[in-house]
Amino acid sequence: MSDVGIEWLGDRALLLRLGSGIDAALNARTHAAAETVRAAALPGVTDIVPAYASVAVHYDPLAWNDAESALPPGERLAERLLALLRSSSAATANDSIAAEDSAVEIPVCYGGDEGPDLGEVALLARLDEAGVITRHAAGDYRVAMLGFAPGFPYLLGLDPALHTPRRASPRRRVPAGSVAIGGAQTGIYPRELPGGWQIIGRTPLTLFDTSRDPAALLTPGRRVRFRAIDADEFARLQAHG
Amino acid sequence: MSLRVLSPGLLSTVQDGGRHGFAAIGVGAAGAMDPVSLRLANLLVGNAQDAAALEITLRGPRLQCKTDLLIALAGAEIDARCGGETVPLWRPVLLRAGSELNLGGMRRGARAYLAVAGGIHLPAVLGSRASDVNAGLGPLPRPLAAGDSLACAPAPRSLCGDLWKRLESASVDEGTDKQNVFSTNWSLDPRAWFDVDTAHPIRAIAGTHFERLDGDSQRALFGAEFRIGVDSNRVGYRLEDVAIALAAPIELVSEGVAPGTVQLPPGGVPIALTAEAPPTGGYPRIAQVIAIDLPRLAQRRPGDRVRFAETDIADAQMRYLEREHALARLAEHVHWRLRQSW
Repeated sequence: MSDVGIEWLGDRALLLRLGSGIDAALNARTHAAAETVRAAALPGVTDIVPAYASVAVHYDPLAWNDAESALPPGERLAERLLALLRSSSAATANDSIAAEDSAVEIPVCYGGDEGPDLGEVALLARLDEAGVITRHAAGDYRVAMLGFAPGFPYLLGLDPALHTPRRASPRRRVPAGSVAIGGAQTGIYPRELPGGWQIIGRTPLTLFDTSRDPAALLTPGRRVRFRAIDADEFARLQAHG
Repeated sequence: MSLRVLSPGLLSTVQDGGRHGFAAIGVGAAGAMDPVSLRLANLLVGNAQDAAALEITLRGPRLQCKTDLLIALAGAEIDARCGGETVPLWRPVLLRAGSELNLGGMRRGARAYLAVAGGIHLPAVLGSRASDVNAGLGPLPRPLAAGDSLACAPAPRSLCGDLWKRLESASVDEGTDKQNVFSTNWSLDPRAWFDVDTAHPIRAIAGTHFERLDGDSQRALFGAEFRIGVDSNRVGYRLEDVAIALAAPIELVSEGVAPGTVQLPPGGVPIALTAEAPPTGGYPRIAQVIAIDLPRLAQRRPGDRVRFAETDIADAQMRYLEREHALARLAEHVHWRLRQSW
């Protein structure tokens, strides 16, 4: 892995930059880099946060202090990280992604009360509602990153026809499980939150539950598929928790 | 062993050293806004430095001690009384069962920490007892409310032995001694650890997108005086009164941020992220407040003035290591003092 840049995220975190923008191949390289760093189990590293094209590494400078060295702890860790990423070739990067490539299936009840913006998305996409559902459920998605709220996945792989601008005025309350589109991305609200994305449906699955391990149903890099369900199945699945 | 909340104060939450290891699934650290004061309060009652304690904001709660409790208050200069007696700060204090701890306003600073020997006994959620009010996480995912009962683990009698003896003899000697508050005759000197002088700048490193600011904004960021916005909270401090703008718009996608990251949202009012910041953000990062100055920023109040002084990572990390070594030396000394008799 070459051309990785280092940016300081303060004095207790740094950012490994693999590129810029939203791109599936770049994001896959980002997850491979995060996995390489995780597997190295470096001392003092508390959090490794992959995003679209970067990996934040949070660390305790005490663990990288060396009175013999002229370099500050951050520089020492940065050197180590760059060496790690150089030695992990592109081939192993692809393998580590392929290792867990089964898709998590998300049942979604599209439209109606569960998806109040489905009509708006259809209008903007010049499709009928059924066309939006077919295209959204046909996509092969990947979790680019989590953020905004615990367990909120930003998914790559939305059909370009469905790219829809955010709502002019955000909603104060978007129900937990709402499946939504914001620009080129689609995502799922893990709990009731304010939000400006277009809501096209809702899943009865629980996205985030601290009593589970992992707490997030969708973890960084996972493949995701959607399956359209009707209101009866939504109610049945919801009743079964 | 427990504390009962009679009135919650303005914003009192359970905080510890924070929730680490779950940022990749969108979980921020939370934890104390002024982790140094939290650590010192815990140290004074013999707890692990990152044990769960109460973080009290601007105006304190009224609490009833259900049992004898060994406590310490650190951080903001809070008005603390118990049964008509003043409760001194920055030292171990024994409060008698049934007494009422009345925490009022703050003369200086914005956040005080109340540590209880044994720690606040709540089940850890994702490895931490911290309340993350913004994310709705933690064993108590909201501020304290009247009627809450906070269980405390039993305090070891080996700590502050003489204090316990004085308390117990006073209890036996009923009627002659109405004392509710028993404290050591020594305390920590807060000056090394607690600084609310707004004339002192907060040190920061230029952020990734600093060079993308226009020339005036670059000069203003490390020079002009900002005012801390009234709607600042545990997620971030709004830095108002100074025009800060990019030379040209930048298209960014979300990526990692950390407490101390100063972001510039489109409105032009920078936000310094604090304890409850989510782990990622999508705005330009114009500066990074250094770790040792985050507690000083956290002790500023809405409406206070703040200036930033530029430093670099080598200086920031050297100061961080110095602080940690000084804290380690102090911890050793306090451990020794707690086991002495006076």
